[in-house]
Amino acid sequence: MAWTWFHRLGSPPYIYNLAARLTPWFAWPAALLMLAGLVDGLVLSPTDYQQGDGFRMMYVHVPTAYLSIMIYTTMAISAAVGLIWRIKIAHAVAASCAPIGASITLCALVTGSLWGAPMWGTYWEWDPRLTSELILLFLYLGYMGLRSATEDVQRADRISAVLAVVGIVNVPIIHFSVVWWNSLHQAPSLMRLGKPTIAVSMLIPLLLMLLAFTLFFAAVLLVRLRAEILSRERSASWIREVVTP
Amino acid sequence: MNDGGIERAQAKVLTSVWAAAGLTLARDLRLAFRKRGQLVQPLVFFAIVTTLFPLAISPELSRLRDVAPGVLWVAALLSSQLALEFLFRDDAQDGTLEQYALSGQSLSWLLFAKTGAHWLLTGLPLALMAPLAGLSLGVPVAAVPGIVASVAVGSVALSLIGSMGAAITLGVKRSGALLSLLTLPLAMPVLIFGARATELAVKGESYGAPLELLGALAVLGITLAPLATAAAVRVNLE
Repeated sequence: MAWTWFHRLGSPPYIYNLAARLTPWFAWPAALLMLAGLVDGLVLSPTDYQQGDGFRMMYVHVPTAYLSIMIYTTMAISAAVGLIWRIKIAHAVAASCAPIGASITLCALVTGSLWGAPMWGTYWEWDPRLTSELILLFLYLGYMGLRSATEDVQRADRISAVLAVVGIVNVPIIHFSVVWWNSLHQAPSLMRLGKPTIAVSMLIPLLLMLLAFTLFFAAVLLVRLRAEILSRERSASWIREVVTP
Repeated sequence: MNDGGIERAQAKVLTSVWAAAGLTLARDLRLAFRKRGQLVQPLVFFAIVTTLFPLAISPELSRLRDVAPGVLWVAALLSSQLALEFLFRDDAQDGTLEQYALSGQSLSWLLFAKTGAHWLLTGLPLALMAPLAGLSLGVPVAAVPGIVASVAVGSVALSLIGSMGAAITLGVKRSGALLSLLTLPLAMPVLIFGARATELAVKGESYGAPLELLGALAVLGITLAPLATAAAVRVNLE
C-alpha cells in the first residue's frame, strides 16, 4: 500500500502529467532567481580589485561548469537505475539529460574561454579545468552519438546506460590525471578562481545563480522528459487523450 | 538442493575457469595467425604514423627528440584503435558470443581472455616496435627499457578500454568513428601517464612514478572493464 506512489513513478502517463504540473514550479523561480542574480552580480556587486569587471563572467561560468558535472552524474545515476531495475522512465530521464548537459558544457567552455581572453590574454589555455571540461563534452557527444546510432530504443537505452556508468567511473580519473599532467607542464602562476576566500558581496549573487541554473536545468529536463515520453509512447492509447484537445 | 541437483550442477561445469580462458585465448590466437597479413597492419600503421612526423615537423633529430614521446604515444593510441572494431564483431555474427554467454562459464572472464589475446596481438608487438620508432626519432638507446615498459603496461589499459568500446558499439553498423569517439576520451589518462613516463625515460630520469600510475590504470581496467564489457555484450545479444 505504502509503495503505490513508488510504482506510479514508473508509469509514463503519470510522469507525463506530473512533469507538466511541476515545470512552472521550477521555471518561474529559476527565472526570478536568475534575474536577481544577474542584477546583483552585474550591477550591485563590487568590481574585483585584480580582474576589474572581467570576473563577472564567473556568475555564468561557475554555475554552468558545476551543472555540466551535476547533469552527467544525474544522467549516469538514472541510467544505472534504468539498467538495474529496468525502469523505462529512468532511461527516458537519462536520454533527456544528455543534450542539456552537452549544451551546458559548451556554455561552460565558451564562457571560460571568453573569461580567459582578458585574464590570460588568450582564448584558450590548456588549463586543467578547461581541458577536462572539453573531455567531458566529448563524453556527452559520444553518449549522444551512440544513442543516435542505435535504432532500437530499448537497446539504445541499455547500451548507452553501460556507457554512462563507465563514463562516470572515468570522470574523476580523467580529471585528476589532467590536473597532474598540467601541474607538470606549467607553473601554477595563473589566475585561480579558488582564492581562499570570496567576498560575501560576490558570494551571494554566485549562490543565487547556482540555484537559478539548477532550477533551470530541472525545468528544461521536465520539458524534455515530456517530449521524450511522447516520442516513446507515441503508439500508446493514452497519448491520444493527452494530445488531441 | 537435493543430491541429484548438486551432481547435475557439477556435471554441467566440465571445464575449469582457467582451462576455459586458455581455450578462448588459444582459439583467438590461432584464428589471428591464420590471417598474418592483418596481424601486422597495426604495426605498419604505427610505423607510417611515426614516419609522418619527421616529414611534417623537421628532419632535425634534436627537434624530433623533444616531440618523440608524444608522437610515439599518439601513434600507439591510434594504432591500438585499428583492430578494435573487429575484436568481437566476427564472433557476434557467427554466434560464438552467444555460445559463450550460454556456456555456463563467466562471460566477463571469457571476454577478458579474448581481450588478453588482443593485447598479445597488438599491445605487446607495439611495445616491442616502439623503441625502434623511438630510435629513429633520435631517442637515446638508454631510454629503450622505459619505452618498452610504459607501452607494454599502458597498452594493457588501452586494450581493456577498447574492449569496452568494442562491446558497446557491437550493435552499430560501421562503428569505426563512433568507437574512437567513445574510447579516446577514456584513454586520455593512459596517454598522459604513458607520454610522461616515456619523456622521463628519454631525459634519462626516473620514470617509476608515471609507470606505476599506468600500472594502476591497468589494474583498475583488469578489475572493472571485463564487467562492463560483458554487460554491453549481453545487451547487444538480447
